[in-house]
Amino acid sequence: MANPTPVAPEGRPRGNLAQRLYAAFDSPGRRRALHLVLLAILIVTPWLSSQYVTVILTNALLYVVLCLGLNVVVGYAGLLDLGYAAFFAVGAYTIGILTQQFGFNFWAAIPFALLAAALAGVIIGGPTLRLRSDYLAIVTLGFGEIVRFTARNLEITGGASGLSHIPEPSLFGWYIDSSIDFYYVFAALAVLAYIASQRLFDSRLGRAWLYVRHDEDAAEAMGINRVAVKLAAYVIGAIFGAVGGIFFSVNLGAISPESFSFQQSVLILMAVVLGGMGKIPGVILGAFIVVLGPELLREFDTLRLLIFAVLLLLIMLFRPSGIWPEKRS
Amino acid sequence: MLLQLNQVSLSFAGNSVLDEVAFGVAAGRIQSLIGPNGAGKTSLFNVITGFYRPQRGEITFDGERLVKRKPHSVTRLGIARTFQNVRLFREMSVLENVMAGQHCRSRAGALAAVLRLPSQRAEERRIRETSLECLDFVGLADSQERLATNLAYGHQRRVEIARALATEPKLLLLDEPAAGLNGSEKEALVELIRRIRDERGIAVLLIEHDMSLVMSVSEHISVLDHGSLITEGTPQAVANDPRVIEAYLGQDDEELAL
Repeated sequence: MANPTPVAPEGRPRGNLAQRLYAAFDSPGRRRALHLVLLAILIVTPWLSSQYVTVILTNALLYVVLCLGLNVVVGYAGLLDLGYAAFFAVGAYTIGILTQQFGFNFWAAIPFALLAAALAGVIIGGPTLRLRSDYLAIVTLGFGEIVRFTARNLEITGGASGLSHIPEPSLFGWYIDSSIDFYYVFAALAVLAYIASQRLFDSRLGRAWLYVRHDEDAAEAMGINRVAVKLAAYVIGAIFGAVGGIFFSVNLGAISPESFSFQQSVLILMAVVLGGMGKIPGVILGAFIVVLGPELLREFDTLRLLIFAVLLLLIMLFRPSGIWPEKRS
Repeated sequence: MLLQLNQVSLSFAGNSVLDEVAFGVAAGRIQSLIGPNGAGKTSLFNVITGFYRPQRGEITFDGERLVKRKPHSVTRLGIARTFQNVRLFREMSVLENVMAGQHCRSRAGALAAVLRLPSQRAEERRIRETSLECLDFVGLADSQERLATNLAYGHQRRVEIARALATEPKLLLLDEPAAGLNGSEKEALVELIRRIRDERGIAVLLIEHDMSLVMSVSEHISVLDHGSLITEGTPQAVANDPRVIEAYLGQDDEELAL
């Protein structure tokens, strides 16, 4: 064998404190314990914090769902998507339109929203996934803008002012309306998104994404249909985005095209890249940083976005593959 | 014939790469494809496996037509290949590399994975077991957890063969499997190729420059020169064929071992 690599992915974890800490969390025994602790924190937090904090945390949990979805596309399958907010919009608008204008029950409208997002994923993905990654980025950017402009110009989507008075959902006669209710809804969604991401990663499809990302030709030679596999990533990402959008719309009760801007797409992508593409805990961390960062810096007032930007730059400078990158890359 | 090529022609931008190539590979046979550098051997592999689309000609495999099929679909039909320059998924474990081969023999989708259906879990177990068995077959079961890139070159070549075997092929195409191997590794390779055929009944077609290896392992040899098949037959017949000697003597490099 050649000289050992300094990264030493095999055997005993080495390196600095951060690496050892991450390695500890990677072991299956401690992971279970960590899961329980995090779940307990997730359940208890809203009872210990103000309504303001609960609302911010709810938003962070929404971003966890969105970022985990984009992570399937960008992190697992390696497809750069600059229009991810479009799928978020499709989910939100489908619910808004069906419940508010057609009198659908919220729960009955969900399958339609998921279907619409999956369809949008196929429509945009089908013809474009043969493109090289940089071209794909441009096409997805355009797609994001098309969806936003369409929402802005159609009557059914309420034009520029969007849809308001989206009815609150009820479950067995109990209305989900308070900020704590929605906190728990998004906490449950984030947990589900986490489990789904993990299971997808450990599956045949999850491996296929890695194979295609590493070497498309070798993957094809092994019998993997690269277009089908990429399309699957796209559609799954779209569904995660739509789930976020579905509950986002009923949480706010109102949606407008500006909620689904290019900036939104970039923010989600930034969280994924910042946390560590392809690494679930990293992506979750990224989502929290992107949402909580500007809030924690609120006392700096007008300077806060500048300070936040500098912090992000510093992070990318010192940890170029993300705060908690995938072990292998 | 398991694999049959009829008048296959390929050209790139007017330059003829393959000119009406016709030959077959019988089921369960070990066959070699030889010829000077640039004769079109790897191009022929790429045509068979669907990476290149020939302008003219027919390719049939096991009763199915191959031309216009995508590579993944050719693999699913039962043709597996290795690459001239090893193309493992370098940053993945050895076992994960081999598991890639099982993709086309399994079917669980996203929903089955998210719900962890019993069928999906059984399939995952089967993928793992089959892949481990293939890895064991090439003698590298001990290295399953290591990253592919950290393996010695000779072992990487074996992992690539294990990965191809995991697709459960009827025909295995090996593109210069002995390149970069030392003497004892070459002997082990010859033994491995024989075992692939004898124990698994898989036909093997190899491109190889090492003539002593080709002569010792092949039952049939096809010779390609300037994109045309110039002769084929048993090792003895080919070795004594004046056209073959001429094709190689026309070369001014070191491939005069014949």
